[in-house]
Amino acid sequence: MKYRSVFDIIGPVMIGPSSSHTAGAARIGRAARHLFGRQPEYAHIHLYGSFAQTYKGHGTDVAIIGGLLDYDTDDTRMRSSIETAKELGMIIQFYEEQAQMDHPNTARIVIGDKKAELELVGISIGGGKAEVTKLNGFELRLSGSHPAILLIHDDRYGAIASATTILASHEINIGRMEVSRKAEGEQALMVIEVDQNIEDTVLNELERADHITQVARISD
Amino acid sequence: MFKNVAELVSRAETESIQISEVMIRQEMEVKQLSREQVYSQMERNLDVMEKAIEDGLKGVQSHSGLTGGDAVLIQNYMRNHEPLSGNLLMDAVSKAVATNEVNAAMGTICATPTAGSAGCVPGTLFAVKNQLNPSREEMVRYLFTSGAFGFVVANNASISGAAGGCQAEVGSAAGMAAAAIVEMAGGTPQQSSEAMAITLKNMLGLICDPVAGLVEVPCVKRNAMGASNAVVAADMALAGVTSRIPCDEVIDAMYKVGQRMPSDFRETAQGGLAATVTGKQLEAQVYGDALD
Repeated sequence: MKYRSVFDIIGPVMIGPSSSHTAGAARIGRAARHLFGRQPEYAHIHLYGSFAQTYKGHGTDVAIIGGLLDYDTDDTRMRSSIETAKELGMIIQFYEEQAQMDHPNTARIVIGDKKAELELVGISIGGGKAEVTKLNGFELRLSGSHPAILLIHDDRYGAIASATTILASHEINIGRMEVSRKAEGEQALMVIEVDQNIEDTVLNELERADHITQVARISD
Repeated sequence: MFKNVAELVSRAETESIQISEVMIRQEMEVKQLSREQVYSQMERNLDVMEKAIEDGLKGVQSHSGLTGGDAVLIQNYMRNHEPLSGNLLMDAVSKAVATNEVNAAMGTICATPTAGSAGCVPGTLFAVKNQLNPSREEMVRYLFTSGAFGFVVANNASISGAAGGCQAEVGSAAGMAAAAIVEMAGGTPQQSSEAMAITLKNMLGLICDPVAGLVEVPCVKRNAMGASNAVVAADMALAGVTSRIPCDEVIDAMYKVGQRMPSDFRETAQGGLAATVTGKQLEAQVYGDALD
């Protein structure tokens, strides 16, 4: 089942005007920000379907940038996010794409700075809920209905064990887990869906673990 | 987790509890939270709804200038006239409008189930409140009951206008509100399900055609009509009227209609009212030039 909580239906508390185009879009932006781990210097945002056709009216652009600035859906600073981002030196470009995607509310976000770049595809499925379907070329089957931890790590022995050991020590139960890699010995992605939201302390511990380069959390 | 309305109603009947209680217990179990945590999170949502209505009734204007001020007009009318459709109904309408006007003005609202359909549930709640005099706890329960029915729609059909048209948004919201009114008025779980079915049946096929792509025209007034639809359907269900088509089958029909709806009618601002002469003119006014 896609929706597990009554608060997916009665909620979120958010800045208007559209749950899928504003709140869901903000959550896609924020997922990218958390995965990147810091404020990007540039953002190329490709919009598809209904996102491409109506983003100005819905503030989808404002919301995604708000997410990139780490704003939550109810943050009143959302309205001026683009101005704020520009003041902070972020270079922003939007592209209205014609291609048909599987989902009508799809955004592809490419963010980066001098050190790294991240590419993420997210969909907004309704009522403010968002899912990440692609990350740095890795296909994800992230349901969005459970809290999840995404770990980018080196493809080495022990990487998986070090992550799961930390979760076990915090008595966090793993519901589903998926590991994929681009090529042997290169970058790999671990997706761990868990039952409860993850505290910052756990994330910090994961960040310091062996072979793990990036950690992000997707809250329920 | 309950998969459909039939399971939801039967769980309430078997355990002799309200729909809201089924929802609260499920939330506690799924999220591993205490009753107090679940309750207080919902109470915060109630506070946001109340504040949005207050703001809307003072009068707000959207950035585009397309919406705002209608909630005030309706309240003034109610003070000076006896509304033909009755005070409670018009009160619900004005409060639904107030919520969506605040939403259009980029104010803070609680999505129920979405932002574009955020007016139906609180609008009816704060109108029915004046007649039924519920406790604060019963008002919070109203939101759990609405949420329980919305939960089924979201998992078995859709609550997104881009995916299923306005029937999936305002249609779902109105049905959720109808079911919650029934519980607050002392009706049975089955009667809540009848009210949801009657409401949704009358919203089937409703397209999502926002002028200039904004959640303003016709969204604000659709919430007004969704709220009134909910109040009337709740009264019918409380009177003992039943839906010949069971609630779960109505939800399924809504899903299938949504799947076959052309993309012009699913929040792309390409069809319906958005494609009228005036709709296009308004779009040009808002953006300086047309979106496409």
